[in-house]
Amino acid sequence: MGYRLEVNGTVHEVQVPGEMPLLWVLRDELGLVGTKYGCGKGYCGACTVHLDGATVRSCLLKVASVGTAKIHTIEHIGTSAAGERLQRAWLEIDVMQCGYCQAGQIMSACALLARSASPSDAEINAAMSGNICRCGCYNRIRSAIRIAAGLKEEADHVA
Amino acid sequence: MSPEPLSRAPIARRTVLKASLLAGGGFALDALIPLPASALAAARGEPAARAQLSAFVSVAADGTVTIVSKNPEIGQGIKTSLPMIVADELDCDWSQVRITQADLDQARYGEQYAGGSTATTRDWLPMRQTGAAARAMLLAAAAQRWRVSATELTTSRGRIFHRASGRSLGYGAVASAAAAVPPPDLAQVPLKDPSEFTIIGQRVVGTDSARIVRGAPIFGMDTRLPGMLYAVYEVAPAYGGRLVKADVEAARRAPGVRHVIPIVGNGDYDSGLADGVAILASHWWLANEARAQLAVEWNLSAARGHSSSVYRANADAAIAHGPQADLRVDGDAAGQLATAAKRIGARYDYPFIAHAPLEPQNCAARFSDGKLEIWAPTQTPQRGLAALEKALGIAPASVTLHLTRSGGGFGRRLMNDYLIQAAAIARAVPGVPVQLIWSREDDMRRDYYRPGGWHSFEAGVSERGELVAFTDHFVTFGDGKTTARAAGYNTAMPPAGLVPHLRYSQSMMPTVVNTGALRAPGSNALAFASQSFLDEVAYAAGTDLPRLMLSLLGEPREVAAPGGGVPFDTGRARAVIARVLEVSDWAQQPAGSRRAKGFAFYFSHRGYFAEVVEASVAGSDITVHKVWVAGDIGSHIVNPMGAENQVRGAVIDGLAQALAGQAIEFVDGAAQQSNFHDFPLARMPLAPEIEIAWVRSAKPPTGLGEPALPPVIPALTNAIFAATGTRVRSLPIRLHSA
Repeated sequence: MGYRLEVNGTVHEVQVPGEMPLLWVLRDELGLVGTKYGCGKGYCGACTVHLDGATVRSCLLKVASVGTAKIHTIEHIGTSAAGERLQRAWLEIDVMQCGYCQAGQIMSACALLARSASPSDAEINAAMSGNICRCGCYNRIRSAIRIAAGLKEEADHVA
Repeated sequence: MSPEPLSRAPIARRTVLKASLLAGGGFALDALIPLPASALAAARGEPAARAQLSAFVSVAADGTVTIVSKNPEIGQGIKTSLPMIVADELDCDWSQVRITQADLDQARYGEQYAGGSTATTRDWLPMRQTGAAARAMLLAAAAQRWRVSATELTTSRGRIFHRASGRSLGYGAVASAAAAVPPPDLAQVPLKDPSEFTIIGQRVVGTDSARIVRGAPIFGMDTRLPGMLYAVYEVAPAYGGRLVKADVEAARRAPGVRHVIPIVGNGDYDSGLADGVAILASHWWLANEARAQLAVEWNLSAARGHSSSVYRANADAAIAHGPQADLRVDGDAAGQLATAAKRIGARYDYPFIAHAPLEPQNCAARFSDGKLEIWAPTQTPQRGLAALEKALGIAPASVTLHLTRSGGGFGRRLMNDYLIQAAAIARAVPGVPVQLIWSREDDMRRDYYRPGGWHSFEAGVSERGELVAFTDHFVTFGDGKTTARAAGYNTAMPPAGLVPHLRYSQSMMPTVVNTGALRAPGSNALAFASQSFLDEVAYAAGTDLPRLMLSLLGEPREVAAPGGGVPFDTGRARAVIARVLEVSDWAQQPAGSRRAKGFAFYFSHRGYFAEVVEASVAGSDITVHKVWVAGDIGSHIVNPMGAENQVRGAVIDGLAQALAGQAIEFVDGAAQQSNFHDFPLARMPLAPEIEIAWVRSAKPPTGLGEPALPPVIPALTNAIFAATGTRVRSLPIRLHSA
């Protein structure tokens, strides 16, 4: 089947079965491998992308269901103001260990900041609970979100 | 502000390298012989684009320094920390440094693996020497150009200074000339005084971090080759299963499928080529979907009876029967227990658990004209080569192995089963690049699990509250002679060597399940059992665990480990215990009911760690409020930015093992858990505040991937006891509502 997808501002025509999850269209058809496979069941959040600005688990979303929604991925997130601030904050305190989950973490964080400019810790915990970091970088993920939001960050959280 | 030139001992002596190995390091000295091409270019006076000073260091005319990172990067930060050590002795500015990942070539680079928190210990000195040698070559070239003695020269931030004449130049200006300088003897090259370090000890952002936040293709999963097909490998549902017959016609007709290939494995545990059926397709999802079309008959008879319930019953029987063998006997524990003023005993156990790195196992391979090229996220590439030869008969000389970044390791990628599978599949379709990707379910059900274990402890306490006798009967897995992989005991485990009468003994039962090393292997489980039981002993003796440990440790001294293992320094142990008690304000227990602090200490992988957990219990819910960590990994923390992340990660890893409900259960050799819904990992709300205090001892730095993990679990279970009076003697923790 043929589908028209607008990904990161570019329209692509893809010939794949409609049941194929968006994740595998991005990775194996369009070569956008920044979006990661972790569990295939929506538990880990490594595959998080934006559909019209809202987070979706691309491992569960059938390509036939995307319709005309605009898709944004980690490769493009730095072009948005919040995405760029998050990337800078991530690097300022070097959030990551293995880094495999971080694309999904940043996509979820970006959607959080879009709906709550100065999120509380409880909001951050709630918004980020769907994203697993196997290495346990959670303290720094929280800190980086606060930094990107312009909130005062206590040094011992960052350390 | 002018850079302050560094004054250092001059390089007075240069010797050409001999083809020998550095004592104790296994580090190839020929690493410092310049490559013929650059040497030749330098001799002809041609500027080399990047002059190669050694296997590890090259310098471009613009002063850019390229440092090769030799070890697999699995999230432990080695791709940043080892180059930092080189760059510091080279005395360049970190902003000048570019880092490239080495392919597997141990003859050129020395040992290339990620395991056992060994790299910092092993490579600290050789990496310093490598950097210092390259600096010496640059100095020699500058001395030649200026016709002065190298002893008159100093360096700072990638520049060479001749103070007497006020001249200076950047490293790039003499790089190609330096490549022709005979490399110095590594053992003789002068090293910085640690007070002169400019990069070691700084907070440095990870080499790949900027690429990671942009989603750049750097993981094994991201390997893309022209014309590549994606593969899955269907194996038996239970360990030890053998392929009887496979009807593959329906799968062959499935959308996108190009090949379906039954493969008969070698049944070998180490090389890990299990029988299976490979499906190759245009997209991974199509290959994975086609699995439902396979009709495979497996012989699962070998796994019959290998169920968790049977293992538990076997352990009960073994403990009732008494140990099969003694592992360590000091004094007369039985006699002392019989006459002790107080005698206490308890059983502890913990389950099989999975590694579950977030990047599932994967490997890309291409087999053409008898040559195999591999792109693999592996912790042990050299072992992978050996396994390839054993399982598939492919000689190491025919293999090129590229090391990709790994999306986590935790010990899982010490085993190369997925690499062997990818190679076997690629060989079946010569010329076609293949990427094998395991599904999460494959990964969860085909792990080399941290094995479960059972302990039956007894302790005798004197009238004066001293621990006089200690015994542990450990029930584990093995064939009767040898324990299964990572299922062995640690006979140096405290209180061994600290109490006069001690007996460590063992019983084994067989298993068909693959077991293996999980972050802090052995220690991750032994610390829970032994430090929790010692907390029971402390209560029985009318004291607390830190005081009991300090009294057992006694005066600072080295306690030898049986079999020539790493000796245990009681002084370093005392220091981290004292430090954690101080930073956690141990004497002050928290206000409020059912909320308390717990303590534990452990020594593993050369690192000394004491930790305090503050937790509260409401009904069956446990909240960890804060964790304090005091650690001693020697004189220097190479990269505090990465080091603190390792400690926090280890703490959260341990808390998840205890609190999240992690356990793999088996029924007739088949793992019953399959994904993160039934094998949960830590999520953000679980992560408490974690405060880290380093104790610097005058010992060379050691690794940090593992030793911070073991104490956190018993510190938590001991806090739960202090808060509730309920002893946690079994993992994962499952409290019943009060």
